[in-house]
Amino acid sequence: MELLKCHDLSLGYEGKAVAEHISFTLSEGEYLCIVGENGSGKSTLVKTLLKLQPPLSGSIERLLPKDSAIGYLPQQTPVQKDFPATVEEIVRSGFLARSRLRPFYTKEERALAEEKMERLGITHLKKRCYRELSGGQQQRVLLARALCATGNLLLLDEPVAGLDPKVTAEMYELIAALNREDGLTVIMVSHDISAVLEYATHILHVLHGSAFFGTTEEYRASEVGKLFARGECA
Amino acid sequence: MNVISFQEFLEFFNFPFVWYALIICVLTALCAALLGVTLVLKRFSFIGDGLSHVAFGGQAVAAVVAVLIGHAFDFNDTFIVLPITVIAAILLLKTGGRKTKLNGDATLALISVSSLALGYLIYSFSDAGNLAGDVCTTLFGSSSILMVNETDLYTCIGMSIAVILVYILFYNKIFGVTFDETFAKATGVKTEAYNLLIAVVIAFIIVLAMNLVGSLLISALVIFPALSAMRVFKSFKLVVLCSAVVSVVCSVLGVLLSIWLSTPVGSTIVAIDLIAFLAFTLAGKLRARA
Repeated sequence: MELLKCHDLSLGYEGKAVAEHISFTLSEGEYLCIVGENGSGKSTLVKTLLKLQPPLSGSIERLLPKDSAIGYLPQQTPVQKDFPATVEEIVRSGFLARSRLRPFYTKEERALAEEKMERLGITHLKKRCYRELSGGQQQRVLLARALCATGNLLLLDEPVAGLDPKVTAEMYELIAALNREDGLTVIMVSHDISAVLEYATHILHVLHGSAFFGTTEEYRASEVGKLFARGECA
Repeated sequence: MNVISFQEFLEFFNFPFVWYALIICVLTALCAALLGVTLVLKRFSFIGDGLSHVAFGGQAVAAVVAVLIGHAFDFNDTFIVLPITVIAAILLLKTGGRKTKLNGDATLALISVSSLALGYLIYSFSDAGNLAGDVCTTLFGSSSILMVNETDLYTCIGMSIAVILVYILFYNKIFGVTFDETFAKATGVKTEAYNLLIAVVIAFIIVLAMNLVGSLLISALVIFPALSAMRVFKSFKLVVLCSAVVSVVCSVLGVLLSIWLSTPVGSTIVAIDLIAFLAFTLAGKLRARA
């Protein structure tokens, strides 16, 4: 089943295009990586997919089931560095959108939040303060919150930024497990080409003025893929 | 300073207006502390400050109107000050959130000083007799909060109940919008609506607190309890609760002390808030070391 269909997107601000001619389809169970140089429009694409800003032209179809949002894992903001909140409070906030005007969380939501924390191995941290956790633990908390917001599609914006190699590897394994075992479709923005080639089923390479989209095999065989894999910018 | 004896101090409590003052003080302090946490965490502390200056301007307009209609009937300033402050809050939030030609803090400074200047100017037209006294009262709070009448009391109770209800009903949403607005928006929460709600509630609180501490010291009432609580507590819920308790205790102490020592209410409360903040900072440091 298709979850996301983008056709000939142009992205940018105030009429100035940052990236153009982006077309791709994402089906259930796939693992799509978005790569590209800094400033090529990756973050703009993320914002557009999340409906935080409209595309300049082209169309996006989001075919998610009702009551399921995109489970977004944003890059950390400075505000969060000294924010007094427990892990539990943050994970539960993933349910805010679907609770609409209902003021409190339901029993079912509390239980689900518990389940997601268990899945990511952070149950023992639930009463701890977010700002006192390590970088890897913080990412797991935000990932648990994303899982609360969605049952289908995760969008991870550079999930391993600032993590050390061991924690990075664990994070990648965790995401792969969510994709394989829990059947979640994954979109990941990343700089890390070796991880991209190892885990992704599909790759979208955003370039100035155009974009490559295909399976990982097709990407390995393509010109742009060969250059990028060798660490040279296209 | 004019210290009264303990006997005289106790006699004060025979008057209903002392109780009015204490009720107003508890409610205002509670409301200010609740929203203060969000304001501090969202890095909006200065919006509170800017709005208080706008409220000063509003108060000046109200004073002129009062003179014009010649105190013909029981005229309540709040009906003029509140709308002006609410509109300013909405405008400030709009410009502060987005990239505009005038950036957020410059706009804020602009609005802030203009309202202060225009407010004083308007006061001077009002020809109300005691100009210096009026301005001083508006800036630093009633020299004696004990002047409040029943209308003030009921206005305050009504506004406080509205603020507290909104806060409880939207507590989780306010947390979400404060902690991570982008995530909330991306998952479909109407963040603009909640930001607007927060702005309007802040305007309510500023107007409420005008009577208690005056427009120059409002920021202290809003910010100090939240900062104190954040030094020691580590969950959002406990920070909010602690900040409410600190705020109410400090304000009641402030009112009582100001009666006993015959000091201005507003500055007494703020001084006690400052002492509490220093104590909490120390407690936080000791806790971190332990």
